[in-house]
Amino acid sequence: MVRVENAGTRPGPPPAIEARRLVKWYGSQPALRGIDLVVAPGEVLALFGPNGAGKTTLLRILAGRARPTSGAVQIAGHSLDRDSDGVRRAIGVLAHGHQLYEALTARENLLFAAAMLGLDHPREHVSEVLARVGLEAASEARVRTFSSGMKRRLALAKVMLREPKVILLDEPYASLDLQATKLLEEFILAKKIGGAATILATHNLTMGFGVADRLAILRQGRLVFEGRREETSVEAFRSLFALHGELGAVE
Amino acid sequence: MIFIGRVMAVARKDLLAEWRNRESFTAMFYFAFLVLFLFNFALGADQALIRGASSGLLWLAFTFTSVLGLGRSVQGEMENDCLEGLLLYPIQREAIYLGKLLGNFSVILVVELVILPLFAILYNMDLWSQIPKLLLIAVPGTLGFAAAGTLLSSMTAGLRAREAMLPFLLFPLTIPLILSAVKGTEVVLRGEPFELAMPWVKLIAAFDVVFLVTSLLTFEYLVEE
Repeated sequence: MVRVENAGTRPGPPPAIEARRLVKWYGSQPALRGIDLVVAPGEVLALFGPNGAGKTTLLRILAGRARPTSGAVQIAGHSLDRDSDGVRRAIGVLAHGHQLYEALTARENLLFAAAMLGLDHPREHVSEVLARVGLEAASEARVRTFSSGMKRRLALAKVMLREPKVILLDEPYASLDLQATKLLEEFILAKKIGGAATILATHNLTMGFGVADRLAILRQGRLVFEGRREETSVEAFRSLFALHGELGAVE
Repeated sequence: MIFIGRVMAVARKDLLAEWRNRESFTAMFYFAFLVLFLFNFALGADQALIRGASSGLLWLAFTFTSVLGLGRSVQGEMENDCLEGLLLYPIQREAIYLGKLLGNFSVILVVELVILPLFAILYNMDLWSQIPKLLLIAVPGTLGFAAAGTLLSSMTAGLRAREAMLPFLLFPLTIPLILSAVKGTEVVLRGEPFELAMPWVKLIAAFDVVFLVTSLLTFEYLVEE
C-alpha cells in the first residue's frame, strides 16, 4: 500500500513544485531525510504527520525561508538556489503564526501587505478581500482586539491579496470556525481551478482528506506514504496512519 | 518608485505601531531623564565640571536610549512571526533595511529633540542659540548609530540573549562615531566657532557612509538562513 512516487518519472504538465532528495539537518538533528516530491499545477496535496515529523521545515524550505542541507527545489519553474525572488513571487503562505501587526488595524495590515506586493489599486483590493473573509465590519479595529479565528481569517485575507501559483498552508484549520473553514476550502478550490498547486500540512485528517487530490504522510523526516485520495477512504487512510504508529497524533 | 514606496511603507508601519503603543518612546524618554537627573545630582553645581562633562553626558543619554529603542523595534517584528512574514514578500531586502532604519532614526531623533531642552533645563545651559549647530552633529551622528543598530538588531533578533547581544556588539563598533560626536558637540557647547567642529562632522559623515553601505550589502545575508 505504501507508495512513494519517483519524482523523475511523473508524466503530465511541468510540476508547480518539485523537490529532489531534500535533506535538512539542524545541528546534529535530521529534520528531513531525502524528500522527493512533485505537485502538479491545480493539484492539492495534503501532508499529514505528527509533531516534529518535518512538515513545517519542508514548507519553510519550499517557501525559500530555510536552506536545505542538500537537494534541489523548483517552484513554478524558479530554482530556489538561483532565483529565490522568483520563488517568493510565485508563492502564497499561510503560516502557523499569523504574521500580523497587532498595533495596526485589519485594513492597515492588508494595505501594508499590498504595498509590499506592489499591487495597483490597493484600497480596492483590500476592501474586496476584507469582504470575502467577512471582516469588513472589523476592518478599522486593531488586530490586538481580534479573536484567534479573526486573526486567522485576516491572515488568509493576506494570502488572498496575491495571485500565487503555489500555496503553502501550515495547519490552516487551527482556530477556524465552521464558516471560516468553509471559506478556506472555497479559496483552495478556487485556486485549484485557477491552476495553483497547494500543499496543506495538517493534523486534521477529515478536513485535509476533504480537499486533497493526493495524500502524503511524513514521519521522522521521511515521506512514508504518498497516494491519490480516490484510491483510499478516510477510514483506510486512518488505519494506514495507525500502521505507522502515529494515530494519536492526528484527529 | 516601487522600491521607495516599500521603504516608506515599512517605515510608516513601524512609526504607526510606535505611535499607537508608545512603548519605545516612553521607555527611552524615561531612561534619558533618569540618566540626566542622576548625573545632575552627581556633578552638583560646579559649572566648570558640568561644561566639561556635558557633551559626554548628552551622548551617553542619546546612545543608551537609542539601544532601548532599537531593541524594542526588532522585538515588534519577532511577535507573531512578523519578521518571517516580512521576509516572505518578494521584495529587495534593502527596502526592508532602509524602512526599518528610517523608522528607528525618526523615533530616536524625536526622543533626542525632547532630551535637548530637558538637558538645557537640568544643567542650566543656554542651548537655544546652539540648537541648529547641535542638530548638525546630532542628526548625522544618530543616522550612523541607527544604521549600525538596525543592522545588528536584525542580526541578533533570533538570538535568545538578543537584548544583551545588541549593546555588546553595537557599542564597540560605533565607538569612533560616538567619540567624534562627543568631540563635535563639545566644540558647540563651549561656544567656539563651528568650523572647529567640522573635522568631527566630516568624520561622522564618513562613518555614516561606511555603516550604510556595509549594512545595505550585508543585511540580506544576516536575515536569511
